[in-house]
Amino acid sequence: MAKFWKQFLSGIVITNPLFVLALGLCPALAVSVTVTNGIGMSLATAFVLLGSAIVVSSIKNFVPNIVRIPIFIVVIASFVTIADLTLKAFIPTLADSLGIFLPLIVVNCIIMGRAEAFGSKHPVHLAIADALGAAVGFAIAMIIISFLREVLGTGQLAFKVVPYFDIHLFTLPVLGTSPMALFILPPGAFLLIGLLLALFRRLGVLKSE
Amino acid sequence: MSDLLPIFIRMITTSNIVLVMYLGLCPFFGVSKKLGPAISMGAAVTLVMTIAAIATWVINYYILIPFDVEFMYIVLFILVISSLVQMVEMTIKRTNATLYNALGIYLPLITTNCAILGLTFLNIREEYTIIQSIVNGIGAGVGFAIALIMMSSIREKLELADLPKSMKGLPIAYISAMILALIFVFTFGGVV
Repeated sequence: MAKFWKQFLSGIVITNPLFVLALGLCPALAVSVTVTNGIGMSLATAFVLLGSAIVVSSIKNFVPNIVRIPIFIVVIASFVTIADLTLKAFIPTLADSLGIFLPLIVVNCIIMGRAEAFGSKHPVHLAIADALGAAVGFAIAMIIISFLREVLGTGQLAFKVVPYFDIHLFTLPVLGTSPMALFILPPGAFLLIGLLLALFRRLGVLKSE
Repeated sequence: MSDLLPIFIRMITTSNIVLVMYLGLCPFFGVSKKLGPAISMGAAVTLVMTIAAIATWVINYYILIPFDVEFMYIVLFILVISSLVQMVEMTIKRTNATLYNALGIYLPLITTNCAILGLTFLNIREEYTIIQSIVNGIGAGVGFAIALIMMSSIREKLELADLPKSMKGLPIAYISAMILALIFVFTFGGVV
């Protein structure tokens, strides 16, 4: 059990997929416009990570080494198809706002990276811990980025998933009337990630190059 | 036919695949440290994008839609693109040694490049014809190459700059990308 927690926590802090390994940046920049999208993307990614980790680690003894990569790709693509169809059926508005980045989870390097580097070499329970750690680490990073982008870019924070809920949390006094719209556009996303990486390095959370 | 030029120009400027649509960021930051490799990578991506646009269009309209299995597009497209890249690599290796030396090592890298797969998904979503898909693919590839070449030229100069330690490497690359993105979104947005 101690090994389980150690593997889980290392995925969140030491090998945080976004801030430390710089993997999976495309979805992190593209869908982090609102916190709702960020959480939706994190959940879809977590589902695919967990599902493919369980399957890859269970079949690792039957898979010939030469063809393992194509097999892993098919496993991952099947889970992405499940996530894609489920979201389209039950929360079509979220599927629309994630756009092509929902099917593109299939080429998210975090998933292939964890399956190849960890899942294919370790027993199922450790692979689950590793996948959960990477998923939570990705989700935390996504929530930080999307929170800053939504608050700075629109001056308010709201969770809206039609037709399930519509919660308006707060509107900031000055930013609410004249938000810094740059932050919901591509340049703001690049600026924010650059500053966050520099900040984490300055604080010593991340290693400088 | 009249919409081909607008598609091409839009894909290079205001819908630039890296700086505006956030696709293919891994090679954009990974291969942009030097100018030479950046040019090769840009050429390899343009080549594969064009071929992938044709192949996935044919698969979508002659296999997936007639047999009513459109939901299989994710699995099928990624397998087809990976095998295509392998085939292109082997063909170049056999026929043209100079080209292979320039592009060879970049071809396997772009198999799981989200820009290629993302572009084919966009072609399907926009319901482009085969000609429009090809033009879209070439435009996206050229846009990628231009962004990558600009970025690598900037980063070659940044190597010499006296930066704070925590800013070196990736953080300053992101902030340079922000300035490039500003140009692509606002300046070209006003002109095009």
